[in-house]
Amino acid sequence: MTDANPIGLSIRNGSKIYPGTQALKNVDFDLRMGAVNVLVGENGAGKSTLMKIIAGVEQLNGGTIEIDGQQVVFADKTDAAKHGVGIVFQELNLFPNLTVAENIFVGHEKTRAGIHIDSQAQRTAAAALMKRLEQNIDPDTPLGNLRIGQQQIVEIAKALAENARILILDEPTSALSAAEVEVLFRVIGDLRKQGVGIVYISHRLEELIRIGDYITVLRDGAITGSRSMQGVDIPWIVANMIGSASKEFPKTGDHELGNEVFRVDNVCLPSPAGGYAVDHMSLSVREGEIVGLYGLMGAGRSELLECIMAQHPNSSGQIFIGGKPVKEKSVSGRIRRGLALIPEDRKRDGLVQIMTIRENLTMSSLYDFTRGFHLSLKAEASKAAEFVKRMAIKIASLEHPVSSLSGGNQQKVVIGKALMTRPKILLMDEPSRGIDIGAKAEIFRTMRRLAEDGLGILFVTSDLEEVLALSDRVLVMANGRLTGQFPAGASAAEVISAATPNLNRVETQ
Amino acid sequence: MSSIDASGNAKTVIGGHKSRTSALLLLLHMRTFVALILVFAFFAIAAPNFLTTGNMLIISKHVALNAILAIGMTFVIIAGGIDLSVGSIVGLCAMVAGYLVLYGIDLGFVGVAYSVQFNTIEICLIVLVVGIFIGWINGMLITKLNVAPFIATLGILYVARGSALLFSDGRTFPNLAGNPEYGSDTFRIIGSGTFFGLPVSVWIMVVVALGAAYLATRTPLGRHIYAVGGNERGAALSGVNVDRTKLFVYMFSGLCAALVGLIISSQLQASHPATGETFELNAIAAAVLGGTSMSGGRGRIAGTIVGAFVIGILADGLIMMGVSSFWQTVIKGLVIIAAVVVDQVQQKLQARVVLQQNAN
Repeated sequence: MTDANPIGLSIRNGSKIYPGTQALKNVDFDLRMGAVNVLVGENGAGKSTLMKIIAGVEQLNGGTIEIDGQQVVFADKTDAAKHGVGIVFQELNLFPNLTVAENIFVGHEKTRAGIHIDSQAQRTAAAALMKRLEQNIDPDTPLGNLRIGQQQIVEIAKALAENARILILDEPTSALSAAEVEVLFRVIGDLRKQGVGIVYISHRLEELIRIGDYITVLRDGAITGSRSMQGVDIPWIVANMIGSASKEFPKTGDHELGNEVFRVDNVCLPSPAGGYAVDHMSLSVREGEIVGLYGLMGAGRSELLECIMAQHPNSSGQIFIGGKPVKEKSVSGRIRRGLALIPEDRKRDGLVQIMTIRENLTMSSLYDFTRGFHLSLKAEASKAAEFVKRMAIKIASLEHPVSSLSGGNQQKVVIGKALMTRPKILLMDEPSRGIDIGAKAEIFRTMRRLAEDGLGILFVTSDLEEVLALSDRVLVMANGRLTGQFPAGASAAEVISAATPNLNRVETQ
Repeated sequence: MSSIDASGNAKTVIGGHKSRTSALLLLLHMRTFVALILVFAFFAIAAPNFLTTGNMLIISKHVALNAILAIGMTFVIIAGGIDLSVGSIVGLCAMVAGYLVLYGIDLGFVGVAYSVQFNTIEICLIVLVVGIFIGWINGMLITKLNVAPFIATLGILYVARGSALLFSDGRTFPNLAGNPEYGSDTFRIIGSGTFFGLPVSVWIMVVVALGAAYLATRTPLGRHIYAVGGNERGAALSGVNVDRTKLFVYMFSGLCAALVGLIISSQLQASHPATGETFELNAIAAAVLGGTSMSGGRGRIAGTIVGAFVIGILADGLIMMGVSSFWQTVIKGLVIIAAVVVDQVQQKLQARVVLQQNAN
């Protein structure tokens, strides 16, 4: 075993102290070559810190790093890259204004004579990488035109272009559809055969068990379990991660569903590439019902929610709330009618990072605290404090910038902001993206509770397990159209086949 | 984890080391104010006639002009924009005011041989509307036609300056004494009058500053200005009317510029088309010195006022000490850069303190 997978990099007694917190406590970590080393732990457990140290982004305060038995100290990321370490960060580090090819080679451009960028060579190499990743992406496309899932693929291509011997993937699948995950796994399999040592971080436990060869579990900056993947199951991982096994999904409530509260009728959005991004979509949601909208990346789910939230002036179709047509063309008008959106990209669309937690929570409901034009800060603060309590958001002070919170708590702020407008229908785009298991479970419980209180919820997800466990009804979209509709308890196979229209030629009329 | 009580105040235990950090942070937070006290104290000692009532009044009159412009500029910058046209709007509004005082509006162009004359209040209202209108043009260019704020207001800078020159063919409107017959002889009060011992222009600054501070902190519109500058898309998805908010800040900036145009033409009893040249740069400097972030979303009216005073006192104090105007310019530049450097240090320290509190 050891011979087949030699240790390529090891950390002994590694410690990392940030002001006020110890992110890593005397960690011993071995990275095996030609294998997938999975790393798992809750948010804040120290996974990302450990990876940043291996990639040279951060330095250890104590302990040593060895590569092939030689002690090394990485000055920075470039230094680590020279030693063959490549990393794909959880947060994308790409340039939307540059093309795919330019993004892949940024910082190590292919040049002639050291100054002239050889665009042709870059384009060819980028096209080859896209082919290897089985993506139909033109290297000359500006990156900003791609969906987040496709951007993630480009990020992976960027690391591959540097011929990394050690490749760190931090949550690479959080934005990918099932089909894109399969592609990624095949690529990882190829790299493993070529002897590359892969570190794979994910919150999706089934994925880890499927792809991992070795597993390391972190909790509060210390390693709580480390072994070969043989015989590891989800309860073992969860037990090491959070101490005791917990149930991720709350039971589906057996409360009565109310009347239809929300209806979308024949919504169309022309696609800039021709055809429709949203193609004559109709659906409805009842009071107290959680409707899961499943589909692959690019199926048009997010675009549908954006149309509902008045983000596309050239969309057509009608929406109804409580049977009455919604004519308002502005976001604030639609919020007043009882719509609320939890956007997919929390950082870009959900929050104003430099503003305080209080200001973010009350952003959509300021007029509730306003008489004439006077805003009562007292009423605002007490309402914000009430929602902090209600959503169980962990904060030190309402007046801290929202950027100081963890992903899960930031998401709760976004949800709190939406709920403060007293919506009748809540639209959630990938509500659990990029947050840890504990916070995820809490978000799901919150969704259940809200539904029991009579709120209608329409949520978009790329996580099959999530959509099956959480929904009262599952809708499936593909190529902008509704391709399937299933009651709770549908089988995974049915849902997947509806989401992959190439396998499914059944008429949906 | 600290707990939150009902009013949202955090109960945190502050240890010895931390209190030193927070004392430093407080000092950094008040840095512009500290700078003001230092500059003031320095000139009080070094320049003999600095601490006289007469000199204080002169300084405050100078500061008022820049401060009023800088208040408008602060809103524009907080909303993520920039307004380069304010200096030219000052010039154009001064010319409009001068023209109205001297000639009124001649109705010859509609075929009536009669000219309408205005009293002081009417003149002021017309000039303010002109300033707001130019701000509205800036705002429409930026929101509806998607022109970058830098370019839109740079264009209007030239248009407004050119219009000011066209107004009088480049000449000065002299002797704006007004005419008691029309009720415009009171025009001089705006620039030269006093009220409770303070110049009227200083009172105008106080009223504008208090109004703006109230708007910024106690109204939804003020909050929206910060939100639009902090994350435009996020604000839009939260139901903030981004276009209306932007339109407002440019119109408000235009209003502030019109006020300054009125004050200057009244003060000088004359309108010159070059009035207000490079005023926009001083306004930006005061805002930045006062802690307004050029990337938007951050800034306070009080900071801007203090910033304007630092610049004003520095300029007048250096003149009194006989420092050459070339050196004055160099010193002003260095002070602005130092302010921004200190601001960066404060941001870093603040983020660290918040992280610490969250970790506990």
